Amino acid sequence: MKAVELPTRQEVEDLLYKEAALLDEWRLEEWLEMLTEDAVYEVPPTDVPEGDSRNTLFIIADDAVRIRSRVKQLLGRFAWAENPHSRTRRMISNVRVLGPDGDCIMVTANFAVYRMRYESVDAYVGRYDLKLARVDKELKIKERRAILDNEALRPHGKISFIL
Amino acid sequence: MDKPHENYIIDDREAGLFRVNRRVFTDPACTEQEHRRIFEKCWIYVGHESEVPHAGDFRSRTVVGRPMILARGDDNVVRVMLNTCTHRGAMVCRQKAGNARTFQCPYHAWTFNSRGQLVGVPGEESYSDAFSRDEMALRSPAQVDCYRGFVFACFDPAGGSLYDYLAGAREYLDLVADQSEVGMKVVAGQQSYSARANWKLLVENSYDGYHGLPTHQRYFTFLTDIGVDMKNRDMSSPPHQKPVDLGNGHAVVEYQSAWGRPIAHWVPPFGEHRKAHFEEIRRKFENRFGKERAFRICETSRNLGIFPNLVINDIMAVTIRTFYPVSPDYMEVNAWALAPIDESAEDSALRLDNFLTFLGPGGFATPDDVEMLETCQRGFRNREVEWSDISRGMKREHPSITDELQMRAFWRRWNQLMTEPQIRRARRAA
Repeated sequence: MKAVELPTRQEVEDLLYKEAALLDEWRLEEWLEMLTEDAVYEVPPTDVPEGDSRNTLFIIADDAVRIRSRVKQLLGRFAWAENPHSRTRRMISNVRVLGPDGDCIMVTANFAVYRMRYESVDAYVGRYDLKLARVDKELKIKERRAILDNEALRPHGKISFIL
Repeated sequence: MDKPHENYIIDDREAGLFRVNRRVFTDPACTEQEHRRIFEKCWIYVGHESEVPHAGDFRSRTVVGRPMILARGDDNVVRVMLNTCTHRGAMVCRQKAGNARTFQCPYHAWTFNSRGQLVGVPGEESYSDAFSRDEMALRSPAQVDCYRGFVFACFDPAGGSLYDYLAGAREYLDLVADQSEVGMKVVAGQQSYSARANWKLLVENSYDGYHGLPTHQRYFTFLTDIGVDMKNRDMSSPPHQKPVDLGNGHAVVEYQSAWGRPIAHWVPPFGEHRKAHFEEIRRKFENRFGKERAFRICETSRNLGIFPNLVINDIMAVTIRTFYPVSPDYMEVNAWALAPIDESAEDSALRLDNFLTFLGPGGFATPDDVEMLETCQRGFRNREVEWSDISRGMKREHPSITDELQMRAFWRRWNQLMTEPQIRRARRAA
């Protein structure tokens, strides 16, 4: 098997910064194009941050179908928790290319995502664990896990946007 | 109308009007009274036995604002202990969960065993003969009891038994507990969230059939998109739907639901390959309980409210949800998934997947519920609008689950507990 071509940190940073911008600007259709067809998106529970969604109750464990449905819902009228949309602002840092995993690339980064709504500011703090894949040379997100350091979603109450 | 105990609710059965004064959602004095008259008088859910499966297992819990320990002693008895050293107050358990032979206070090293008995006091010879280890054991709430795995505590020694307290709710807990012959377990992973809203709004919301379609349209569209047939089930019509007042403020809505149920209501998104497996599970229930009860367990959904702050919704999965007011306009919520202990890994994964389509702070429904409660709470700032209306279906002979009978059952009990001491005092004075 041909070894996967590792991206530079700058290439990964460009990807993550672009993703953050698309999500903050609610350009969710364009964000979907950054994912592989079979991408998954997960947020583990705050008490089992390294858990497995097959045997642990997560906060979010979207397969490819649910991610697309989530985007459709968020861009529609009836996702009340995000209609009107929150303002969000994402700070991405401490980006590291961890190495290959089969024909994929493991990447990690820290995040602080601020959500502003009804004059409250909620901070979601944690780490992304990402599995990237090259699809026709282009770097895409295959697995996207947002691991919260927050001990509880308090006072946030919910994760209604894409974290 | 000027006496405070007379104006929390208006319950006019003749006219068919039921109103709740919105001050009960906003007034700090009311929340303070709820602590004394409701949370310190009723049986309150602490946890599930399966969360401490082995001798020595423990979990920290905050219940009614108190740090507590749910622990299984070396004698295999599940206990609830107040997490404060009987010496000078420090918390003897500062881990969220684990297994331990002893709880040692970090402050002066007093040591308690897994049954809560005081077994070690450094320099014990400095105490007088009046000092008694027995007296200084870790304290427990006045009463602790368990019904089919669900562990409750009551701070009122005169609060009666848990069995009597649960009243008609026992039948509905049985319908959950009977889903496995070997027992149910709480799955790893606690959903710890909150809402900037009064806790009683979540009581109302948790079995409110009326809000389903408008609030959760996105969820029902999602179900249609993934191939669930929404037309074959009208959730609000008989025969398999009803709201029931279960006594003591408990209530339930029971109905046939469109969504799949991992305990054996198959829908196309579960996959053709699972169809036969679901039929087999179904047959097992029929053999155990007969056709009618098997149908209830497999095909019907239930949103159960146990007074005051426990919700067990047996819907697209089983969730246990409990919540507590930190202030009139803010509550903390904890939720878990309950599953058969003997469920296969594959079935368990399907169950959790189905859970997340709707439930939890990242699901396709719960965030919108939280949003609705929060928007109600902000709306209450308009003090000019004094009353909320809970009259729906009040004069109907056969109320539906989109009526509000279940909420009135809650409010009547709530009002009774909140006003009884005042009424008694007034009577004594007269």
